[in-house]
Amino acid sequence: MNIFNILTEIEKVDGEVFERLDHISRRGMFNSFSKKAAAVAVPVMVAGMLNKAYATTSGAIDVLNFALTLEYLENEFYKKGVATVNLIPPTDQAIFAQISKHETQHVNFLLAALGSKAVAKPNFDFTAKGAFADVFSNYKTFAIVSHALEDTGVRAYKGQAGNLMAAEDKPLLQYALQIHSIEARHAAIVGRLLNVRGFVPGAKGWTTLAQGNPAAVYAGDDNLMQGGVNLKGLAGKSDAAISEAFDEPLTKEAVLAIAGPFIA
Amino acid sequence: MEKLQNDLSVVERTADVLQSSATRRKFLRNAGLTTAAGVVILAVGCKKDEPTTPAAGTVNLGSGDGGILNYAYALEQLEAAFYIQAVSTPYMGMSAAELSTLTDIRDHEIIHRDFFKAALGANAIQGLEVDFSKIDFTSRASVLGTAKVFEDTGVAAYNGAGKLIKDPGYLLLAGKIVSVEARHASIIRDLLQPLSTSFAGDDIIDNNGLDGAKMPSEILAAVQPFVKTPLSGANLPIA
Repeated sequence: MNIFNILTEIEKVDGEVFERLDHISRRGMFNSFSKKAAAVAVPVMVAGMLNKAYATTSGAIDVLNFALTLEYLENEFYKKGVATVNLIPPTDQAIFAQISKHETQHVNFLLAALGSKAVAKPNFDFTAKGAFADVFSNYKTFAIVSHALEDTGVRAYKGQAGNLMAAEDKPLLQYALQIHSIEARHAAIVGRLLNVRGFVPGAKGWTTLAQGNPAAVYAGDDNLMQGGVNLKGLAGKSDAAISEAFDEPLTKEAVLAIAGPFIA
Repeated sequence: MEKLQNDLSVVERTADVLQSSATRRKFLRNAGLTTAAGVVILAVGCKKDEPTTPAAGTVNLGSGDGGILNYAYALEQLEAAFYIQAVSTPYMGMSAAELSTLTDIRDHEIIHRDFFKAALGANAIQGLEVDFSKIDFTSRASVLGTAKVFEDTGVAAYNGAGKLIKDPGYLLLAGKIVSVEARHASIIRDLLQPLSTSFAGDDIIDNNGLDGAKMPSEILAAVQPFVKTPLSGANLPIA
């Protein structure tokens, strides 16, 4: 079986295979299908494609498009931040470059999973209608917005996990969880930087009660009820410690209310 | 898995001590021998994939969602015990900031542990006996290196177990905990390699920007050297 037969077979079950490959190739190769060129490039692309999962159920498409919108936002935010001269001090550039790399990877991963169902990238206003007017000229503001976006991401993915429980969505559930914990790693390191740089003294890698800025991002994170049980006093620990031990989800509506001002 | 094993072997080298009982157990298993109630049994003709008779004192994590919760409870027991030790016998040169961070993490793990114990009630597995003989608690590199492995392992364990959970409420609970483990991993990694890319390093994150995800069988094999009590995940869901 040659590579074109394989693609034809895949197309029988996945009518958008050529679109997906087109996206993965990012060269428009399949628009003017050149067999000679494709014979060289296709094996690599197929290998990449077979590692990915596709959203087929309407529920999964909704969830992934919601995630994609947030990832577009983060991706563009960091691209611009990292590229802005004299914004991020040299000591902290490695961290933000790494975060930026992951957000680009997440956008590409979700685009590949959604194929033609992917929503378009909105235009963004990273000042959030003026609330963070100096976001790309004041490192403190940039770091605070970064922290808020990461924690919003953590809470958003967490809130959607339950919508990916259909049998056919199980691979996507795992991928979503694998992105979710990356966002948490990002949020933690930026929280740590907020303290180290003196921007938010006492800020930690974890969320204490509902402390954080802007308040909407951290609303309800002081919850002590888990699995229907009030954990207050568990193991003799403080409310602060108990709240830190559990990250709370946000509804899609709450996330969109937070993200809304960032969309131009 | 290979990465995890490599990490674990680094920890082992740090401490210079090989775990003799786990080695012996492994040997017995490989030799087709298991012990039950003090009797040595020759498991004749036992195929590789067939469940073997569990060793004496083996804790069976159980099946279904309860099994997954016990699996999480076992991991949290291990983590809590580790940080309790790390905080009560601080390594040489531990700064006040590091003590504060490790104390926070200790408390989170104790809370996770006690939460699972309470949630499981009568279905909870017993308290596990840990084996930290390979860890040099006087050494910063050994303690933080082990913490890194435990946290990354915890993240991969929850990420891999999510799809095995049937109840949306339990899935959400796992989600609430896994991101805290990821935060720990990020901060511990930054303690080891400050201001570097390590907090979400290329050594553990793939080219799609995805964190680890491993099945219980892989995770249990990796953590067993740190748990004297033999653990069996033979009845855990696999899909």
